[in-house]
Amino acid sequence: MKQGKLKQILLITDGCSNQGEDPILVANYIQEQGITVNVIGVLDQGQTQSDSLSEVEAIATAGGGVCQLVYPQALSQTVQAVTRQAMTQTLQGVVNQELQQILGKDQTIEELPPEQRGEVIEVVEELTETSDLHLLVLVDTSASMQKKLITVKEALIDLSISMNSRVGDNQFAIYNFPGKKKPTSKVLDWSSKLNKLEAVFPKLTSGGMTPTGPALKEALYSFSQTGLLRSLRRNVEPEEADFGF
Amino acid sequence: MLSQKKLTSAFNLPIGSQIIGKWDRQRYTITRLLGKGAVGAVYLVKRDDGHLIALKISDQIASISSEINVLKKLTKVQGTSPGPSLFDVDDWISPTGENYPFYTMEYVKGERLDQFIQRRGMDWISLLFAQLLSELAKLHQAGFVLGDLKLENLIVTSDPIRLRFIDVGGVTLFGRSVKEYTEFYDRGYWQCGDRKAEPKYDLFSLAMVAIHCTYPKQFNKTDQPKQQLLAKLRQAKSLNRYQLFLERALLGRYKGCLEMKRDLEKHYLSRMSKNQKVILPSNHDQQTSWLEISIFSIISLITWLLAYLN
Repeated sequence: MKQGKLKQILLITDGCSNQGEDPILVANYIQEQGITVNVIGVLDQGQTQSDSLSEVEAIATAGGGVCQLVYPQALSQTVQAVTRQAMTQTLQGVVNQELQQILGKDQTIEELPPEQRGEVIEVVEELTETSDLHLLVLVDTSASMQKKLITVKEALIDLSISMNSRVGDNQFAIYNFPGKKKPTSKVLDWSSKLNKLEAVFPKLTSGGMTPTGPALKEALYSFSQTGLLRSLRRNVEPEEADFGF
Repeated sequence: MLSQKKLTSAFNLPIGSQIIGKWDRQRYTITRLLGKGAVGAVYLVKRDDGHLIALKISDQIASISSEINVLKKLTKVQGTSPGPSLFDVDDWISPTGENYPFYTMEYVKGERLDQFIQRRGMDWISLLFAQLLSELAKLHQAGFVLGDLKLENLIVTSDPIRLRFIDVGGVTLFGRSVKEYTEFYDRGYWQCGDRKAEPKYDLFSLAMVAIHCTYPKQFNKTDQPKQQLLAKLRQAKSLNRYQLFLERALLGRYKGCLEMKRDLEKHYLSRMSKNQKVILPSNHDQQTSWLEISIFSIISLITWLLAYLN
């Protein structure tokens, strides 16, 4: 059986966008293209969770993904947990659609009796483990992230350990924003391993600009460039058939 | 991980309140909170028949259903399972209308391993670990790793004294990526391997349990994680006698549970014989068999001689 592909963008940031398009609008658009946007908001030590990071929640909601606010020391575990949770969530959504087609509008996994639910979840789990993942990580490298970048790098290397322990294949790409003279620049092109990251991880970009919207747009463009988007459109029907029962 | 938005009623249920199952209509009265974990909250509850049992409730339908699936499979593993036994599976509709899946299981009563060790001494490690290893071996034989093996998840029951495991959230099929782990116990974090589920993954975590017992506050990772771990192990005086076994487990040199168990038992028995002049059962067996053989041969010799002389 040919497995489906899951496409995710993971945005790691510590504050509000202040340049370019509205990131919430862009996230909505990205979700329409079958790509999930997850956001991790990195908190400063002592910062309470309700501060300036409400935009972060809104981006994840618009992008159909998961949002988590964390202190730097918990970043590694959070990055892998969010990625995994978003994969499960997407697949659960696909399964729910199928259930509704077969059993009627109100039938979701939640509404099933526990016994049958367990069987459905086993299928979701199997798919989470075996599906191919294409993950584009978008790292905020504006001035305020200074002390957090080493932790971000470690978290991403750690993420690749987790993901490469799965059965399914992985492709990672990493972009940072703001870039030199551009809103975004490429750190690492699509590849299955992140161990090269040690050498190429970006230094801090100076300046107070945080062009989150344009960066998300660039991320979407990167997906279409690799032909992933085209293949998504082309394969939409067979892939859905894969997820069916 | 509980998301910030949902610090809802299900994780802060007041003592005395009741949960009624949506499907079975079974009633459970909250006695106290036992703990909050990555997937949800665990309460000690009283069932209508008066039994005290544990109830785990969550807002993550996929994670909790997968735990239930695991618990069901564990009951099929022969003999005593290292995990708690599963009773009921149901849903709870909160007063605000949200659907929370939950399950009930055996309440494993006892004290945490580190407290037990502190009270009764390091000597117990070899016995308790050997016990756990034989149960782990059964789990591995069924094709699963325990995954999230850590101090917080281990309880020593008192009657009989046995090391039990109380959280199956990390149980994963061989060959897949470990579902749930804790950094300090994870070989991936210490750059000692990947997160693919295989027997050695659990053995690494088990060694970290012993290390955590001697470093209650744990320690932070440095640039050379593997060397650091081995150094920490050597520095821990109370672990001296187990150093060799723990080092092997950390470095993935044991192929499986039973190999490590044999080493621990050998060590345990040799200590007994040194300290208390107890004859080793295995040697004892050998001595008896030698005796038997010699007696048998003498008797047959005599019989033969008698027959020959006659």
